[in-house]
Amino acid sequence: MKYLIKNGRCIDPANNLDAVADLLLSDGKIENIGKKIPSPKGAQTIDAQGMIVAPGFVDMHVHLRTPGREDVETLESGSRAALKGGYTSVLMMPNTDPAVDTPEMARGLKEQAHKESVVHAYVSGAVTKGRQGAQLTDIAGLKAAGALAVTDDGCCVADDGIFRKALRESARAGLLLIDHCEDSKISGKGVMNESFMSTKLGMRGMPRQAEYEMVRRDIEYARGLDALVHIAHVSCKESCDLIRKAKKAGVRVTAEAAPHHFTLTDEACANYDTRTKMNPPLRADYDVKAIKEALADGTLDAIATDHAPHGLHDKYVEFDAASFGVIGLETALSISVMELVNKGVLDWPRLIELLSSAPAKILGIPAGTLSKGAPADVTVLDPKAELLYTAEEVASRSKNSPFIDWKLTGLAMEVFVSGKRLVSGGQLV
Amino acid sequence: MNWNRKDLIGLEYLSAAEIEHILAATDSFKQVTTRSIKKVPTLRGKTVANLFFEPSTRTSASFELAAKRLSCDVLTLNIATSSVKKGETLVDTARNIEAMEVDTLIVRHGAAGAPAMLSRAVKACVINAGDGWHEHPTQGLLDMYTLRSRLGDIKGLRVSIIGDIAHSRVARSNIWGLTKLGAQVTVCAPPVLLPVGIEKFGVKITTDLDEAIAGADAINVLRMQFERDCAQAFPSRTEYFRKYGVTQERLQKAKHDIVVMHPGPMNRGIEMSSEVADGPNSVILEQVTNGVAVRMAVIYLTATAKEASL
Ligand SMILES: [Zn+2]
Ligand SMILES: [Zn+2]
Repeated sequence: MKYLIKNGRCIDPANNLDAVADLLLSDGKIENIGKKIPSPKGAQTIDAQGMIVAPGFVDMHVHLRTPGREDVETLESGSRAALKGGYTSVLMMPNTDPAVDTPEMARGLKEQAHKESVVHAYVSGAVTKGRQGAQLTDIAGLKAAGALAVTDDGCCVADDGIFRKALRESARAGLLLIDHCEDSKISGKGVMNESFMSTKLGMRGMPRQAEYEMVRRDIEYARGLDALVHIAHVSCKESCDLIRKAKKAGVRVTAEAAPHHFTLTDEACANYDTRTKMNPPLRADYDVKAIKEALADGTLDAIATDHAPHGLHDKYVEFDAASFGVIGLETALSISVMELVNKGVLDWPRLIELLSSAPAKILGIPAGTLSKGAPADVTVLDPKAELLYTAEEVASRSKNSPFIDWKLTGLAMEVFVSGKRLVSGGQLV
Repeated sequence: MNWNRKDLIGLEYLSAAEIEHILAATDSFKQVTTRSIKKVPTLRGKTVANLFFEPSTRTSASFELAAKRLSCDVLTLNIATSSVKKGETLVDTARNIEAMEVDTLIVRHGAAGAPAMLSRAVKACVINAGDGWHEHPTQGLLDMYTLRSRLGDIKGLRVSIIGDIAHSRVARSNIWGLTKLGAQVTVCAPPVLLPVGIEKFGVKITTDLDEAIAGADAINVLRMQFERDCAQAFPSRTEYFRKYGVTQERLQKAKHDIVVMHPGPMNRGIEMSSEVADGPNSVILEQVTNGVAVRMAVIYLTATAKEASL
């Protein structure tokens, strides 16, 4: 099937392109991009006037709960949620049950994802066996099995010695190491940011030091070994400052931030609504501001959702007892448009870069570009389209979003994965 | 004014007028509790359930008596959290009790926010009998009622709250209530037991007990729970008593009619000496007596607000 997407504003940060143009998709590839491409015989034409045509989005941090918790998300439901949000590639975190900690499991999951996921769902492996933090996994083997990264996400690789070994081993294997930076000795049994709010609500706090002291450690080891480390879900100003300084000094560090962390503060916890409970927690106003600045100035490389589905029985309980995490695949684009572009924090090309080409580059996947010959993973979005995001709208199996009942602006209207049109007119096909 | 809340979750959420309204209602119930026949038919036919997910003898007894003196039927359930772990969620437990046509749930829970969550999940009235470190609103109210009956108008009074502020729901309810009614509140604790952001509550802060006592019209001395919350902060009880225990010698330097309160249960010789606890400035037993009247007022007001909204 051929598709001709006409007159859209094509933004392709990888090629420094931002111009009104036509895009021709053919046989799963981008066949042509340019002005006034004539419609080939049999091609379907899509009028994209007023729309933005971008590389399909890449989310380098999702939890699709497979294997083990298919009751709250499956590869199918999670990947449909991704599509709805304009994503065509995702990286699945390995903190499943059991954890993805062997090359065999990674290979098996990769095959399963190939069958069941409607987007490109990539596999990552655990850094340590069972994510217990004690014994390294077969990192080179995981790479050979197709994993794109190693991470103990959900947990930090806390032990300095293990972390150092993991960093060396992943550098040697050419595999990305992603760290969930949290010193659990500091965060303890905390359930929200430590602040006036936690004191007011009478809940145990997670001090910001728990994050940034670990970011500091990771940066020092990356510097010492000249190895690459990727910092997951940055939530506080101090982490941004450390990463900015490290990058200036030539340390090989990349980092991501999640939409909830640049939109909401711990004030959102005021009603003990467990949809505001995630790890790292929502922080202060000045952290939100710092993350926005860091996304704009290149300190933070990518927007990643940390999509973390949880069922009602894990969330509709006391705040203390509720699981950490929120879903985010379906809302990331709108929230980013509303908070970043519409508020003048950054421009469209930068947003598209944060959502597509930058994470694609970090992961080394053939995505995130509209270059001729590239896979036809394309998202056409309407920057003005609006949606009331009700619980009924949710495509994920879980509905634990802090943005339920928000009016969202900026929606994916057409999404192509390998040239297949899977979202049309804003609806999943 | 009209009272129109079916729930009492915390004093943070009330206006000064609403707090005054409860205290005024308490006056009339106080009269009832001092008569020889201590019962009124006000809420005959209503059912109140005490759901205590955390053990408490006194608060549970106080609520039970309050409900009985209003002629309610009362059910007291001590729900060990171990049985909760077996799978029934908090909301399910509450809805099951409500399904037996219970009108009011009085909830004590170790997790902050549990009563707030239930108030949204059930139609019954929900009264917070203490949730984690969050609030214990009826304790705050009975402390204010006691203060008022001793010292008159709360506005302008200087009240010091002493002890483990960080882990105390009593402290939070007192701070909200007293500051709303215009008292000047000082909190006094060892630095590690002063929670983050406490300065934003509009209170004065000190780590020096003598400073907290000097010039105060009243002190409210909190219970210390060394085993549970303060082990790292203050390993030795004697050390705590030496620095923060309220003694007769320390009171010598205070206003002669300073009011000494304690929410109980009291650790004699840790938070205060026995001479102080049993001395002329202590209103500790008066607080307990007033507690029943305050709780009658709260059960009554919430029940009638719910009735009116139906
Ligand atoms: Zn994480
Ligand atoms: Zn995660």
